Amino acid sequence: MIGLPILYALAGALFLVFATGSALDRTNPRRWGNSVFWGLFAASFLVGDRLPDAVNGALLVAMALVAGVNLMGRGQPAPQADRAERAARWGNRLFLPALIPPAVTLLGTLTLKGVEIGGRPLVDPRQVTLVSLGFGIVLATAVALAMFRASPAVAVREGRRLMDQVGWAGLLPQALAALGAVFVAAEVGDVIGALAGDWLPLHGPLAAVIAYCLGMPLFTAVMGNAFAAFPVMTAAIALPLIVGKYGGDPAIVCAIGMLSGFCGTLTTPMAANFNIVPAALLELADRNGVIVAQLPTALPLLVANVVLMYAFAF
Amino acid sequence: MWVLLGVVAVVLGFALRLNPLLTVVVAALVTGVAAAIGSGPAPAALWAGALDTLAVLGKGFRDNRYISVTWLILPLIGLLEREGLQERARTLIQRLKSATTGRLLLVYLVVRQGTAALGLTSLGGHPQMVRPLIAPMAEAAAEAQDPALPDKTRDRVKAMAAATDNVGLFFGEDIFIAIASILLIKGFLETNGIIVQPLQLSVWAIPTAVAALLIHGTRLMLLDRALKREAGR
Repeated sequence: MIGLPILYALAGALFLVFATGSALDRTNPRRWGNSVFWGLFAASFLVGDRLPDAVNGALLVAMALVAGVNLMGRGQPAPQADRAERAARWGNRLFLPALIPPAVTLLGTLTLKGVEIGGRPLVDPRQVTLVSLGFGIVLATAVALAMFRASPAVAVREGRRLMDQVGWAGLLPQALAALGAVFVAAEVGDVIGALAGDWLPLHGPLAAVIAYCLGMPLFTAVMGNAFAAFPVMTAAIALPLIVGKYGGDPAIVCAIGMLSGFCGTLTTPMAANFNIVPAALLELADRNGVIVAQLPTALPLLVANVVLMYAFAF
Repeated sequence: MWVLLGVVAVVLGFALRLNPLLTVVVAALVTGVAAAIGSGPAPAALWAGALDTLAVLGKGFRDNRYISVTWLILPLIGLLEREGLQERARTLIQRLKSATTGRLLLVYLVVRQGTAALGLTSLGGHPQMVRPLIAPMAEAAAEAQDPALPDKTRDRVKAMAAATDNVGLFFGEDIFIAIASILLIKGFLETNGIIVQPLQLSVWAIPTAVAALLIHGTRLMLLDRALKREAGR
């Protein structure tokens, strides 16, 4: 059965190559920091399953220390001058390899789910999308290498150039998910939910709707994820009050409540893969530039959600 | 109550602009140690709490490795950029005389929202779509209006490209009935004895989706006006 292990082996191999490449990259003044960071990441992918939980935790702590005391830098590859000529030569054919991963992901998700070989599923049914994406990426990279007559060494060098630009931010989404697990174990959500239930003014349906529609994004901003906020805030405010006491329609309340949480996702550095990673990928001067661009959309939309819920739920 | 110290650590770390990765790890350890305070502040108990937390953190880190698998795409994107993908995207936009930053991003917003509503959430995204294609196109359109585009404005345009991808994804995907958030709501309500159909939930994602399109679309048109004004100066 094809599942996550093969993707982890691939990712581990790639980060191992990044670690080696970083160590040899004399254009990076802090090459050893990068090398250690990507090497630890490779170790987590390659042997993480065989290590005790605390050692996996220690890997993360070590990576955070390397990043936190500023030991990571960036290689300065010689700028490539002939990109415009190359682009003119390829024309729109350049877009072809870029379209393969989404196309294969879509196709795989639609077709691979029921496929069995000898009574066993070909692909882990819970991971069909990720496996399809991984396969699409490998296929597209192979097509691109053949099309450009480039060696795999060029591909990993170009990949490392981008990875250096992202730097430690590339680990942040996964680290935040781990923090989420700690929050769940320590029952942080329940404490916040109880506080919200005790302290928010909840008299009348409008006050309850406002409290829920503002509580969701606030809690989402703290946790970085509306999925973590939803069960807590809905159990604390929406079900007992908006639905139970004032007779709101649970489907409407929950659907709009979740989307209010998404407004919170637009406002927080804790939602790193949406807000911090793109700022690094786009080389913005301000790490919070994407959040700043999103605030004027998120806030009016939140008001719209309050109005929609109040107008339609009762 | 003590466990909220971890949340305080997160907020402080981000407010003081410390390294986010270090902030997250410190906040996790603070949360775990603070949770142990409840059973008595003896140093041995706190130490045990810290070790337990390290294990919970490590397990969470290991279980969520699938999130970072997406970086496998970087060699492909790097290769394409080396052959001039960003330049090609720019050329395409420069040929369209009527293309402006706002109009381009509005089209992308509609496409992103529409495909996400059909469950095709992997058709966009920052490493594979925004960085190599959408952001360079938006920049090129802004440069067509103002060849001497200041860096600050350039950053604003790029940030808006990323924001548009997020807004389109977030307020499109819930219209699809089999998306994770819809299933989460359905499951949560079921455990509380309320049965709803996914379709009932996804239908009620539509009004907010329309509002998101109107609000963000208006902002994109206003961005065009602002860019034009700044170019005239």
